[in-house]
Amino acid sequence: MPGQLLNALFAVVFGIGVCVLYYVGSNFLLERIFMDQDGYSISKDRWRRAIQPWLFLAPALLLLGVYLVYPVYETIRLSFFNFGGFDFVGFKNYLWAFENPDFQQAILNNLQWLVIVPTLCVVFGLLVAVLADRVSWGTIAKSLIFMPMAISFVGASVIWKFVYDYRGPDIEQIGSLNAFVMLFGAEPQAWITLPFWNNFFLMVILIWIQTGFAMVIFSAALRGIPEETLEAARMDGANEMQIFFKIMIPQIIGTIMVVWTTITIIVLKIFDIVLAMTNGQWNTEVLANLMFDWMFRGGGDSGRGSVIALMIMIAVIPIMVWNISKFRKEEEGR
Amino acid sequence: MSPLSVKSFNFGRILNSTGLLVLVLLWILPTVGLLVSSLRDKDELALTGWWTALSTSARNEFRRTGISEDQVEIDGKYIISGKLLEPGGKIIQTFSTNFRNLTAYEAGATAKFKDGSLFTLQENGDYVWISDIPFKHNLGKRIFYVAKVPPTFSLDNYREVLASEGVGQSFINTMRVTIPATVIPIMIASFAAYAFAWMKFPGRQFLFVCVVGLLVVPLQMSLIPLLSMYNDIGNYFGFVAKSYPGIWLAHTGFGLPLAIYLLRNYMGSLPREIIESARIDGATHFQIFTRLVLPLSVPALASFCIFQFLWVWNDLLVALVFLGKHDNQIVLTSKLRELLGSRGDNWEILTSSAFISIIIPLLVFFTLQRYFVRGLVTGSVKS
Repeated sequence: MPGQLLNALFAVVFGIGVCVLYYVGSNFLLERIFMDQDGYSISKDRWRRAIQPWLFLAPALLLLGVYLVYPVYETIRLSFFNFGGFDFVGFKNYLWAFENPDFQQAILNNLQWLVIVPTLCVVFGLLVAVLADRVSWGTIAKSLIFMPMAISFVGASVIWKFVYDYRGPDIEQIGSLNAFVMLFGAEPQAWITLPFWNNFFLMVILIWIQTGFAMVIFSAALRGIPEETLEAARMDGANEMQIFFKIMIPQIIGTIMVVWTTITIIVLKIFDIVLAMTNGQWNTEVLANLMFDWMFRGGGDSGRGSVIALMIMIAVIPIMVWNISKFRKEEEGR
Repeated sequence: MSPLSVKSFNFGRILNSTGLLVLVLLWILPTVGLLVSSLRDKDELALTGWWTALSTSARNEFRRTGISEDQVEIDGKYIISGKLLEPGGKIIQTFSTNFRNLTAYEAGATAKFKDGSLFTLQENGDYVWISDIPFKHNLGKRIFYVAKVPPTFSLDNYREVLASEGVGQSFINTMRVTIPATVIPIMIASFAAYAFAWMKFPGRQFLFVCVVGLLVVPLQMSLIPLLSMYNDIGNYFGFVAKSYPGIWLAHTGFGLPLAIYLLRNYMGSLPREIIESARIDGATHFQIFTRLVLPLSVPALASFCIFQFLWVWNDLLVALVFLGKHDNQIVLTSKLRELLGSRGDNWEILTSSAFISIIIPLLVFFTLQRYFVRGLVTGSVKS
């Protein structure tokens, strides 16, 4: 154990050290080469000014290029090639995908996830944000509901698999959900394999994790609404419901959109929960899990895997465009 | 205010509190169940729900008495005595020699066996067996009993998974991935963010818009090309493709867009006068960055640090693709997933392993929640 720890420590120091060395070293060299030996030299200073930004940027641009930009191009290219990436096959992989029952199932399930998860996260997030602002223990309540944000999808899957645990009908149930339904005289169920509904039981896990995120953002946004606005509405005799729907919601609609799209992107990429809970069995397949499956199935089919990855990318593009135009507007307003 | 409106106001408040309480309970009970279960005895855990952990449970067991060698002769009587229970607080309710009839004798009562011997069993498990003729048996007699078991909590499950299931090693592996994969991107991103915020160079606006676009590129797009690139590089130079530096760089690449975006927005909002006066005093960009901008950006750095730490610690996908599954490389999330497959019914192993994997993120989260929330909010609330 101490050996392993030492080993790990060495690796950590080494990795970080290389990085520090680059920045300090390259800037030291730059100052050295373009040093103003005898008085101020305009040309040297100009060179230094031109080069320095790129020294600061180089590692970031290089990594972004290698890990995000090049792969986008390469994935598109590979989607037109066969499983090993050698023979051009045109749209064959795409045709395969649209006729493949697993793929259709995954698209269908992803659509369900896309509709249900962001909606419920926003609804619960708003509900908690509003309720917690009116009680003295609101901070603690928010903290507790926010907590699942820190838990990994796999960890959350273990937690919820335990909640959904099912034993035979004649044995004492140790899963909370089955114990709960039995309180009302219902039959215990194997929730994870229950056709159609099992997808919802997987979605619950993501809703459980992401509601905290929505709540925190809404809570901050609601606090940004001027007190006078709310006061004025109360003076005019608006009840709490009217204030919520007619004043609060319109005021924070921009924030709601941001939260909605953020959760949408997370949902599109959902993978860990499905892999850990069912691995796509019992009609719970989703795109990201199917793609992972094809990456390694039978030695890996890069063509089919790429097609599935592209579907996720295409779904993200509208959000990307919206993000960029929003950013552009904000920059102009600066 | 009229009395009626006061009343309805209170009613609203009660509804408000109860509603919130129900939501909070719904949200924390699954985690509480996991924590309680991980501390329970593994046999109890498999038989009863975690909500019964605090109540005493009745359990049916059997133990064997001593054998003929243990007997002593006193006043012409042959006696075997001893304890059926280990110290631990179990209390015997009833006992019997027949498992079909566990309630034959109350604790403290004396049973008369077929051979005429007398057997007395106390609540605490002490027994005395008296016979007129010498005992001859070589195998202890089975005594069945119903015992009340007080709730017991222990760290046994944790000891087991840390030592024999390899979760301890995975914990170290996760650290080994997480620390550099948090520090390296923050370093690289802060230099880039400074350049985007305060340096002049051609293409600045365009490159930053690209970064904003890359914010949402799904990880899935990168996996196939990167996997084959790693394999090619590995084959070409003759080393293993799955390595720690490989995953550090991958996490760095994937984390950079958000890091650059957040930090550039923060650094860009620092007062222009400070930076310009430092320039006039002859400070280089490198000096301004390290001595002025970095210390001022601590809140933003802290926010991103927490994001990246939680993201890397909790990541499964990147680890599955870029690291191997042998003991030296398997991380906690990957290990947990493997245990879910292989030890799916051993809840004592799953619950304690899961808790080990979530304890560090939870600690980080609760101690640094302020920074985390601030980071989330600056990224999302419309200004």
